[in-house]
This record gives sequence, structure tokens and C-alpha cells, in this order.
Amino acid sequence: MSASELSEVADLPDPAVPQPGVERQVEGRSPWQLAWIRLRRDRVAVVCAAFILLLVLVAILADPLANWIGYNATDQDQVNGITADGLPVGPDAHHLLGTDNLGRDILVRIIFGTRVSLVVGVSAAVAAVLIGVIVGLCAGYLGPVVDSVLARLMDVVLSFPFLLFAIALVTVVGPSELIEILVIAFFSWAAVGRIVRGQTLAIREREYIEAARSLGAGNLRIMVIDVLPNLMAPVIVYVTLLIPVSIVFEATLSYLGVGIIPPTPSWGNMISDAQNFYQVAWWYLVFPGAALVLTTLAFNLLGDSVRDALDPRTERLFAK
Amino acid sequence: MTKPDPTPSIQRRPSDDDVLLTLRGVVKHYPIKHGIIFKTEIGRVRAVDGVELTVRRGETLGLVGETGCGKSTLARCITRLFPLTAGSIVFDGQDISRLSRRELRPYRRQVQMIFQDPYGSLNPRRRIGSIIGDPFAIHGVADGAERKRRVQELMELVGLNPEHYNRFPADFSGGQRQRIGVARALALRPKLIVCDEPVSALDVSIQAQIINLLEGLQDEFNLTYVFIAHDLSVVEHVSDRVAVMYLGKIVELADRDQLYGQPRHPYTNALLLAGSIADPDRARARRRIILTGDVPSPVDPPSGCRFHPRCPKAQQLCFDTEPQLQPEPGDPVEHATACHFPVAPGEDLTVLTPGIGSAVDQPTEG
Amino acid sequence: MALLQVRDLTVSFRTSDGLVQAVRGVSFDVQKGRTLGIVGESGSGKTVCTQTLLGLTRGAEVGGTAEFDGQDLLTMTSAQLRRVRGARIAAIFQDPLSSLHPLYRVGWQIVEMIRAHERVSKPAARARAIELLDLVGIPQAASRVDDYPHEFSGGMRQRAMIAMALALNPELIIADEPTTALDATVQAQVIDLLQRLRDEFDSALIIITHDLGVIADMADQVLVMYAGKAVEIADRRTLFYLPHHPYTQGLLESIPGSAGVNEKLRPIPGQPPSLINLPSGCAFHPRCRFVMDRCLTEIPELRTVERGHLSACHLPLDLTGLGSADDSARQQAADAGREKIG
Repeated sequence: MSASELSEVADLPDPAVPQPGVERQVEGRSPWQLAWIRLRRDRVAVVCAAFILLLVLVAILADPLANWIGYNATDQDQVNGITADGLPVGPDAHHLLGTDNLGRDILVRIIFGTRVSLVVGVSAAVAAVLIGVIVGLCAGYLGPVVDSVLARLMDVVLSFPFLLFAIALVTVVGPSELIEILVIAFFSWAAVGRIVRGQTLAIREREYIEAARSLGAGNLRIMVIDVLPNLMAPVIVYVTLLIPVSIVFEATLSYLGVGIIPPTPSWGNMISDAQNFYQVAWWYLVFPGAALVLTTLAFNLLGDSVRDALDPRTERLFAK
Repeated sequence: MTKPDPTPSIQRRPSDDDVLLTLRGVVKHYPIKHGIIFKTEIGRVRAVDGVELTVRRGETLGLVGETGCGKSTLARCITRLFPLTAGSIVFDGQDISRLSRRELRPYRRQVQMIFQDPYGSLNPRRRIGSIIGDPFAIHGVADGAERKRRVQELMELVGLNPEHYNRFPADFSGGQRQRIGVARALALRPKLIVCDEPVSALDVSIQAQIINLLEGLQDEFNLTYVFIAHDLSVVEHVSDRVAVMYLGKIVELADRDQLYGQPRHPYTNALLLAGSIADPDRARARRRIILTGDVPSPVDPPSGCRFHPRCPKAQQLCFDTEPQLQPEPGDPVEHATACHFPVAPGEDLTVLTPGIGSAVDQPTEG
Repeated sequence: MALLQVRDLTVSFRTSDGLVQAVRGVSFDVQKGRTLGIVGESGSGKTVCTQTLLGLTRGAEVGGTAEFDGQDLLTMTSAQLRRVRGARIAAIFQDPLSSLHPLYRVGWQIVEMIRAHERVSKPAARARAIELLDLVGIPQAASRVDDYPHEFSGGMRQRAMIAMALALNPELIIADEPTTALDATVQAQVIDLLQRLRDEFDSALIIITHDLGVIADMADQVLVMYAGKAVEIADRRTLFYLPHHPYTQGLLESIPGSAGVNEKLRPIPGQPPSLINLPSGCAFHPRCRFVMDRCLTEIPELRTVERGHLSACHLPLDLTGLGSADDSARQQAADAGREKIG
């Protein structure tokens, strides 16, 4: 490996960042606007965002949709929804995606499951990020004493056997959507906190923070006005990546029977129920599974795109 | 040593007793700690190790030295960005070296800093109007429309277009960003501005713009500058007096013309001859003193005179005893040198070879 | 014939903001045993120019030719180029820490470099590495050859980079701001070293820098770049004492102390231009004191002022120099060429 190869990428212009000597003619576009422009140009991001938007609409309009389809999530169609042997019916004109072993319409149940997944996934992710940012910011900015306390706390949380803990907790207090959100948030914030702490430690050493301190700015002002805006990029990326994780987490809890209680549908408990029937009713397992995979994938791809848009250095510079 | 003055009516010659800032025995050590929970100190970086200095009202004091000599740390001691390890700093009659964060607030209005990196010293996520308005916001001086008016005044003053109030730092070139930094430093009409390498990241033609701007502002607002740089020709141009630092100590301090005309410390001599000269004939004519090795680590500075391992004149005395910063016989009182064997006028150091210390090439740390 | 002949080199990058014209038609020669200095400020295209020669500007649109010993570097395949780079053309970069791999021992990196191009045994290559480190002034080279880059100081790293560049006796060394990251006293060591080595190996040297002091010290021939074009080419003394182009003149006058310590500096007003949105005509015209009508519309070509001295400026060719008399002569010529602009 030669020296020249080692530094092969040195000093190349980054297309998305203004070049030295390249005075930008446009009127003060903020870094956010620039990121937004880059994001809109990214086809994968646009497709994923459209898919997620569709999911949100489906979740909001679950009731009218169910009415329009003609079944409710718990309606058991004894006529067309179940065979004479009491087995699920495959996709047909009555049930677009087939039925489950109780004759319930899978499409409708997936639609209601979307609602659960999004509500739990998004709220848990947002809650985790909020806690993580506050704790991480304090740990990173307020100096070694605060840092060692909070960093140890995060270590403790991260070393909890979370599934065991979740199952035990739910057994004691009983399952509910709120408990599920709290459990997921509780086990996710520490990872965010660690990342935010690391970022804060790096930002703290920047000259503009020194400048603010030399002007006499207090800790709170510096944390909110100078540090936080520079954390937003990684935080936004983290939210988009944490949502799918939380959705999977929710599905896992429901699958294990400590999340959403039947008969309320969630993708997790549908997959769990389908296990006993997948040999005779593939649709029972495949459609909820596909919903989970596609949703997770869409959020993950969007998260990647958001990261590329916010941090042009990771952009595939020369792919154009 | 009078400097050119576009407005001769203002007398810029600072009087000797009109002292604005006094540093006495200023020490800043950074402990090097080892261990995770129970940290034990295993050494200290002696970044600034006993500095005596006065800055007079209205003058520009140049501070030169190489990487790791402690000049930037000293700047941050003066602006009290961190507590001192020892020593005192008296500003305008008040000892500010032991003040708490809260007690420091009035001091912060009077002492400002201009930073080296025009890219790093401005928050990339904030509009420049709010960056320049920071001093007003922090000290509750002006609000709303009043703040905007004053920020735009400042922008005009430093040669920026006030209409660019809402732009982001990324929209500006290096020189313009440094102007933003200057505007922010000027906002509260400070008495003292510490400039930490304000032009070293800029292109030559832009560098000259900023130097002229700083000089103009000094005349206009009767500012005092502590001007830190490693570029000797820049320091020569802007300074009234110059201090040379080496490994946390001042080794020579004199009026500008004295220091550049008759440098007494061997290090100053080497530094002056090492600096690049943009004149081929003069560059060819001068004989460089090629110092061997690099600046030693400030964690474990050499005994006696800290320059002795690299000094062509070093003798046993330099190894044993630390020289004091004092005027040498024959020099004006103003001209202090910390050297046992100062360079005589006309002496040619290039013919000497290092005596003791045999130039061990030590890596610098940090 | 020159070792390297660059003709009408153009480099541009497509970006989301538009086409960045980094280099817009630059020609120069480098002779064996000579040093060419390329000066320019950030954004002038000086670094892009030489990186293109080394094949390090992926994704750029490149035009023109660059004949090295009769072969065009710009049309070589990457495999051919790799063989030339390192062995026959070596590069030294500004930041020695990022150019040395932090996780490998310095000596190992030099050994690998040698063995990538030549069939030599490991011990032989290692002996050569020690010899080279010794040559560039690393004390106790035999033991320090096994150090990691972080154990070297800045100056030593830069010297190690130079040792690596010299490992295969290159015919051409390209040094991009080799002293910018170094302190004055260390800078003096490195300049001294580069000069000695060029003489010893009779290599050609291209020094890219923004520091006119380094140019004054080292260059035989100087090329001044502005906004992607060569605005003036001259030998060192001509450039410093009898410059023709107002940009060169402005650069020289911007240096503190150039007009005496007590004189006010004369900076070039304004900011460097956008490489996406270049000014019409001469790219320097918005900042030029002697701008004339034709400067706004006609791009000036490089014209011969005298043998070996070329300048791309519309001012009469006999107006060279830095004195105030020269300035007023320029001013007169400029006034004569102004009707539309005040």
C-alpha cells in the first residue's frame, strides 16, 4: 500500500458542501434546507417515505377501511372465512389476504396491527430519544463527575437482560400498550444516550463552544443553543433507525404474549398464532410477516438516506 | 517604535505605567490521569510554566512561538476559559484569577477573543446574525429590533454586507468568516482583545485584509491586543512589543524593533532566520540556523534552560541552572532575555555546533 | 525535452450546485533537476491540478494531456498509473499524519512501498528503509524504523513521508504544501532536506504552496494560479521583482513587511471567485485595481513578456515591476482602456 494510495481521497471537493472560494450565490439556505434538497433527490428515500406515509394513513383510517372492507378485526366469518374442517381460508374474493383459524380477515387485522406497530414504535422511539438526548447531553457537557454517574447508569441499563426483565415486569403489572411503550423506551434510551454523549464530548471541544464560553454564556445556554442544534442530525437519524427497532421489539413482545393482548391484533401476536397453521395456511404467516419486514425495511432505508442527506461526507461522492 | 498612524492626532505610543493587564507567575498544568474510576495523576503537561507579562493600554503585544510552546494556553488563561494552576492575572486593577464564573461576567464584557479557525469558531447550525448577536443576548444588552440594528452596524463596521444577516457560516469564505468573528468580539466594546492566530488559516491576500481591519479598529476604539501568531512577519507588522515563548516560558521580550533588530536569545535568532522570506535574494543571502530536533515534550521539559538540547551555544551551566528573564548588560531595560549566554550583535550562530545535549529527537505529545 | 509536459489541462467536477471548473486550461513543463513552484490561494486549482496528474481525482472530468517521459498520464489505465506512481512519480502531502497509516509501523510502510514496485527481499528493503530514514535526518533510524506514526513528531512524520517518497528514486516529486503544517524551525529543516535531495538524485520537483516564502527559497520556475488558470509564469527572480500580472503584484504586496514594516499592507480587495459562477472575461477583474473595459469581456491569453516570462493580462507587456512608478504607469494604461467603467 503506497502513501499516495493511502491519501487517495484527500482534498477532493465534496459536491454538496460549498467549496472554499466558491461563494454560494443562493440566499442563506440553512443546513436543514440543504439536507432536505438532497433527500428529495434520493429516489429510495422518496419511495420509503411514500410507503411510510401510506402506513400512517392506513393506521389513521383503520376503522373506515375496515367498514369498507366489510369486516372488523374481531369478526369471525363462519360462512366464508373458515373451511368445513375449521381451517383458515386462503386469499379469495371474500378475504383478499385470506383468514385466520378463527375466520377473521387477515387484511383487516394487518391494518389494525399497523396502528399498534406505529403507535408503539414511534412513541417508544421518541421517548427513548428524548431521554437519551437529555441524559447524553448532560453527561457529555457537564463534566467528569456528572459524566461518570450518568455513564455508569447507562452501562447498567444496557447490561440488563431486557427480554427477561420485560417478561417479568409484564407478568407482575399486566400487559398493556403503555407498559409496552415504557419497556421499549426504557431499554432503548441508553444506547441513544451513549451516542449523544460521544457527540457532545466532540462538540464541546469545538472553538465555537469556547467562543460562547469566553463571551460568558452559561452551561444551559450553551447546551441548548450551541450543542443541541449540532446534535439534531445524529438524533434524527437515530429516531428513524430506532422506530423499526421498536416495531420489531413490539412484535417480539406481542409474539411472546407479553405485549398486545388478543383479540386485539398486532403483527407480533398474528405471527405467533400463525405458527401452528403455516403448513396449511401460508398466508396466515406470510402477510403479517411481510408487513413487518417491509415496514422495518422502509424505515431503515429512509434512515440511511436521512443520514446521507444530513452528513454529505458519507454520501457516495462519485456515484453520479 | 511608533507605528504608522493614519490619524496622527491620536497618540498611540502607550505610556509605560498605563498597564491594562498584568500576569504574575501564571502557571497552567494539565494533569495526565490514569485509571477509570480511581484516577491517579501520572504526570502533568506543563503548558504554561510561570509567565510574567504586562500589557499596556492601547498597545499590541505580539506573542510568538512554535506549536506546543503554550501560547494558546496562555491566551485561554488570560480570557479565563479555565482556572489557573497558580499565579495571578490583574486586569485594570482587579485580580481576576480567582473569580468564580458569576463574578467573571463583567470581565467577560471587557475581554474578548478572536479565534484561529474561521470554520471551527462559528456554529455551523446558526445564522450569523444570531452569532454576532450572542454577546448582546448573553449579557442582556439589547433585544429584538435593537439587537438586529446593532448587529448590522457591526457587520458594516467589519466590512460585511448587513443584508447577509440571515445567512449561515457555510455561505461565507474564510476571510469573511473571520470578519464575523471580529464583529462578535467587538460587540460589547471590549478593552482587550486576545487574538489567537487570527490570520494563520487565511490566504495571503485575505490575511492582509484582516490585519488592516484589526489595525483600523484598534485606532478607532482604542483597543489593546494580545496578538498570538507563529508567523513572525505578521507579528512584526502588527506588534508594538513582542514576547517569544518556548516550552511554557517567555524567553525574550522586547520592543518590536529591538527584538527583530537585535535578538539576544539563540532561540529567537533561530526563529527569525527560519521564517520564510518572500524575497529570493534575501532568502538566498541569509544563513539559516538549522536547529536539530523538535520541541521537547512539555510533560518532561529539559532541566535548566529548556532550550539547551537544541541550542548551539549550550554549556554545562545551561544544563544545570535555569536562566532568569532579565535585561542583559547593554540592552535597554525594556529588553529582557532568559539566557546565560545571550547572542552578541553580529555573532554568527551558524558556525556553531550544538555543545551538550546532543540533540535527541524527542516526539512532542498532544 | 521536459520530463513532464502538461498541455491545456482542464478538470471539472459535477456537483449539485453546478459545474465546478477547478482547472481551466493549464500548461507547464518540468525539467529534470529543476523545481517548479505552483502558487495560488485556496480554490485556485493548484492542488486539483497535480492530483489529477497522479490520478487522484476520481469522478472529475479531465481534459488535455500530461506527458511524463513521453507517456500521457491522463490516458493511462489505473494499473499503469499505479506502476508509475510511487516508483517514478512520488507525492508528499500536507498532512503527514493522514498520509501515513496509523496502524502500521513506519518502516513496514516503507518496506511495503518498496516491495510493491521492486522485487527485493524483505531484509534488503528494510535495510533500505533504515538508510532512507537516516538520510532524511531521523535520529537512531535503525531503532525508530519500528515506531508507529504517532510516536513520531510532526516534523519527523513529514520527513518519514519524504523518505517514503524517495524510496524508489523517483524522477519527479510532487510536494503539496509540504511545510504548511510545520513550525518555522522544522519547516527550515524540511526545505533544506528537499533541496539537498533534489540535487542529490537529480529529480524534478513540483512544490505546491500558498507561501511565497517557500517559493522564494526553493523554486526555479514559478507558476501563479488564479481561479483555475495560470495567470503568470516566470523564473523566481523575475516573478518577485518584475511581476506583470496585477494578481501576482497583489500577492507580493499583501505579505507583511513587503513594503517595509511600517507601511500599511495593501491587500487584494474582495473575495476569491466562485468556481461555479466565474466572473466574465478575466476572472480576476472584480478584484483588480487596473481593470479595463476589455477585461470584462475578453479572457486574457498567456502572452510572452520576455523569454520564459508569460502573463495573462491585458495590460501592455512592458509594464512590469512593483514600484510606485510602475504602478502609475499601469494606472495610466488602465485609464486609457476605460470608457464604460469609471
